[in-house]
Order: sequence, then structure tokens, then C-alpha cells
Amino acid sequence: MSLDSPKFSDFDALYSDKAEVATQMYEDPDLFAQEMDKIFKKTWVWVAHESEFPDKGSFKLSNVGLDPVIVVRDRKGKIHCMVNRCRHRAATVCEVKKGKTSSFQCPYHGWGYGLDGSLRALPYPEQYGDDFDKSQHGMLKLKTASYNGMVFASFNEDVEPLEDFLGPEVCRYIDLFMKQGGGFPVKVLGEHQFTVPMNWKVQLENTTDAYHFPIVHKSFLQSLDDATADIFDFLDKGTGWVEDLGNGHSIMMMIPDREDLDEGLDEPVEERFAELAEEIRAEGYDEHQTRKIVKAVGGSGFNMNLFPNVSFSLSFFRVLTPVSVEQTDIRHMALGMDGGPVAANQMRLRLHEHFQGPMGFGSPDDAEVWERVQRGTKGGEELPILVNRGIVDEEPGVLGPRGHISAETGMRAAYEMWKRMMSDD
Amino acid sequence: MTEMVKIDTNLVFEVTEFLWYEADLLDRKDYDTWLDLWTERGLYILPIDGDSDDYANQLNLCYDDAKMRKDRIGRFQQGFSISSAPPAQTVRTISRIVVDDVMGDTITVRAAEHLIEDKFGRQRVWAANAKYTLIKTETGFKLDQKIVTLLNSDGMLNSFSYLF
Repeated sequence: MSLDSPKFSDFDALYSDKAEVATQMYEDPDLFAQEMDKIFKKTWVWVAHESEFPDKGSFKLSNVGLDPVIVVRDRKGKIHCMVNRCRHRAATVCEVKKGKTSSFQCPYHGWGYGLDGSLRALPYPEQYGDDFDKSQHGMLKLKTASYNGMVFASFNEDVEPLEDFLGPEVCRYIDLFMKQGGGFPVKVLGEHQFTVPMNWKVQLENTTDAYHFPIVHKSFLQSLDDATADIFDFLDKGTGWVEDLGNGHSIMMMIPDREDLDEGLDEPVEERFAELAEEIRAEGYDEHQTRKIVKAVGGSGFNMNLFPNVSFSLSFFRVLTPVSVEQTDIRHMALGMDGGPVAANQMRLRLHEHFQGPMGFGSPDDAEVWERVQRGTKGGEELPILVNRGIVDEEPGVLGPRGHISAETGMRAAYEMWKRMMSDD
Repeated sequence: MTEMVKIDTNLVFEVTEFLWYEADLLDRKDYDTWLDLWTERGLYILPIDGDSDDYANQLNLCYDDAKMRKDRIGRFQQGFSISSAPPAQTVRTISRIVVDDVMGDTITVRAAEHLIEDKFGRQRVWAANAKYTLIKTETGFKLDQKIVTLLNSDGMLNSFSYLF
């Protein structure tokens, strides 16, 4: 397919003014190729959390759309991101998922690169002639920027500043989300990974979709004690909301009491965490710290979806990586308190395992319904997919519309951004 | 010496019979019987990091004490979990059984596990190293610890609607 004459140009037919999504959106490989070019090669894509490669010389492998990349800190601690491909004959220069190094060397012919991706040395360079310019043969670099530990990269040299792309509301909510460090830096403790036969946008829609929660996650809710089940009964309480935060981002505020984890610290510790609080006190923390840590263990009260590939979900990061038009990799990253009490981090790990990942009480049911969407779209291609729920009583929010907790406002935010980026020449 | 060899052979046979019995329970999804195989303090773990045994302080696929095992089985059986109603069907073999250690009534065993699942007309194959701590009792063996490490435990997996 030539991108000079794209197969799709009528984006209103793919996502209509009535918030109807065309079936091809999940199924057409040419449209997928267009998306990889127009979205994943153009905007900021999340690649790492700073705690995953904390030291000078430490790195991790990641992806920007379909491109495998290396995210690394150089000797001065500066973050670099480059495509994992030797400039000579294209071999990957690194196949270790995470680690520490002083350089990257291609295993094929020995071209050696610095931590900033620059070509340092190559065997027998004289065969390239005297005018061979090493500075023109560094690894393909991406632009990088961080906000509160979240590292993003972009292929687009002219991309807007990261904080403009995120916008003030997203930045405010990221800061609130990171309070679940409980006074310690937030640290990635591990990740669950699973691949699902679905288009990436099926996942993009899900993180701020409260409507599915009591249905898909009934078996998870049944495994909770009464007090915790009551906290998760956010659909019936009707105090939460969903809001378009601009640029395709959205928030689903499920438990407003847990929006700011520094509030309500004078209230007694929740019964479900009473034993944990005792252990934390026994580790020598005072009452205020104990309450702050315990509250943080319970996670934030909201899910926030960032366009196009990362979301903050109560107490973890969810990352999507498109693989092909009908396959998407998902990562659920468990978070803890760097240097925090052992008991608190253990509780965070066990809570994460309870819901997330291939054997969680929640994720497998999500994966099942996502796959069912992809399977369902094999029939009735002319039927639209509806994301119009809750338009009826949307009101203006801070930056965009705000709707009922079960409204599909977040999906509309993402599809509006999708349309804007796909239409952009 | 002859006596020792005889005892070991018997033990390997008894252990093998038990592991096959457990594997058969899991393929037939006779989970209530499976729950009764465990000691009260027993842990059923599927780690992600196969090189470390500090399971409590790392993220696992599952880290089940008695309550979590019971809740997990309840979730499978109640019919509200769309991924496990219906679940994938499985056929597994347990082989390459090695008795590592015998300390009184406590026996440590390693084995290879191959499992094939079938759902939506699609089959997937999984290979794992399994490690068991068994307690010999008057009524037969009890599971005190079972740690199953998938060959690709730290890679891209799929969701599991059954146990390994």
C-alpha cells in the first residue's frame, strides 16, 4: 500500500458524528498500517517507567508501535531511546530484556554503539573509504521526555512538548496517581504479559469503560470481602464520572474518596488492612506514616487512559503494544514503594496477582470479551459498533465533556483524537 | 544397599502414581478433590522469574494459599467467569520425574509437565518444570508446595482457565 494514496480517507465513515465505529476499524490491515504511520510514528508513545532502568547504563527493551526500541540511561543519567537495529545490516544489537551495560555491540560484524546510540567503533573501517562519517551511522534515535517517572518517546522530531500533549489535567492526575508510593518513590515490581487476538483499539476503549465492570468481573467481585466489594460497587453509587481530558486522554473516577490519597488520613484504617497496619507499625513506622502507607496500598480511585498506549488503572500501569491488525500484546505492571515496608509491597504484589495477568481473577475475563469482540466482528460487517452511551446527559468538564460513570465518554475522546491524527496530512 | 534401591524404587513408583493422579484430577477438573490434596499451609505458585525462589517478594502469575486456592476454584465453578465458563479443555502429561530429596516424611520431587489446551477450536501447547513438596501421611501424600514454572514464564502468555 502506498501512503501517498491511502485506502482510507473518509474518516467520518469510520467514526461517525453519532459515535458509531465501523467494523473495518478492528479488521482492516491497510487501515492498521495507516494507523502505525499516522499515530504511532507521530505522537508520544509510552516506553518505560524510570524505575525499570534506574542506574547509569541500565536499559530495557520496549516498543514504539511496531518498532522494537532500547530505552537506556547514559553515564550522565540522561535517557535515550533508539531503534534496536544495527545500521550496518539491521541485526538487533540487544536481546536482553533488561540489564546494565556500557555499550551495545552488534553480534554480526561487531559495530559498537555508545549508550546514546552513536557509532563508536567498527572493525576494519578502512574498507568504507576515508570519508566514512561515523556520526552519520548512529542508531536511529527517537525523541524522549519524561513526566513524573513516565518515559515517552517519539519518532516525530516536530512533536509538541510532552506536557502540552498530556495537558494540565492529565499531569495533575498523574501526580495524584503517584501518591500511591505512600511517601516513597513508585517502583515497578514486575509485570504480567499476555497477548490477545484483538485490534489494539478494543483495549484502548476498555480502561475507562465502567459499564463492563460488574458484568465481566462478577467472579472477581464475588471473591472480595463485603467492605471491599462495597468499594468496587461504584456503578450503583453513581458518585463517580468519566471525563474527556483532551488529546484522546480520559479519566474514569470510580472511587472519588480515593482521588487524593493524602486526604482522609485521620480516618481509621480499613478493616481489610488492619493486619497489614500492625505489621507496618511493627516495622517501626509511626501512626501517620502507617496510615499513609496503608491508604496507598489500596491504590488510587481512578483509571486514566492515555492515547495511544498506556493507562493508569487503580494501582498499576496497563500498556498495549499493537502487533498486527488482530493481535495486541498487553502488559500489566505491578507497582510498589521503593524502600517501603516489606509487608506493604508484599500486599501490593498479592493484590496485583489477585486481579491481573494470565491467572488473575479479572484479566482473563477481560481477554475473553476482547477476543469475543474480534470474533463477533466477523459477522454483520455493515453493523456499527456503538460508543454513544451517556451522550444524553454529558456536561462540560474542565477540558472536555464529563459524563455518567458508565458513559462511553472516554472512548469518544480516544476516537476523536484518532480521527484528528488520521486526518492530519 | 539392595534394600535402599528397593525402597527408592517403591518411592518413585508411589510418587509417580500420586502425580499422575493429581494430573488426572486437573484434566478432569475435579477441583474439590484436588483442594483436599493440600496441607493447610500449602502454597501453589506459578512464578514469573524462574531463577529466584523468593516468591513472596516478587510478582508471580499466582501465589495461592488455602484461601486463594478455594476462591480460585470457586471462581471456576460458579459460572460467572466468562473465561472459565466454558473453560479450555486440557490434556497433560507429567514425566521425567526425579525425587530430589527425602527428609523424614517430606519428599521433594521435580518433573516435566506438557499441557495442551483446546478452546475456540484452537490448541495451545505449554511446557513447564514442576517442583513438588509432598508430605507422606497415613492416608497418602499431601501437597505442601507445588511450583510450576512455565518455560516462557516471563514471556507473552495467554489467559489460563485451568490449573497447571
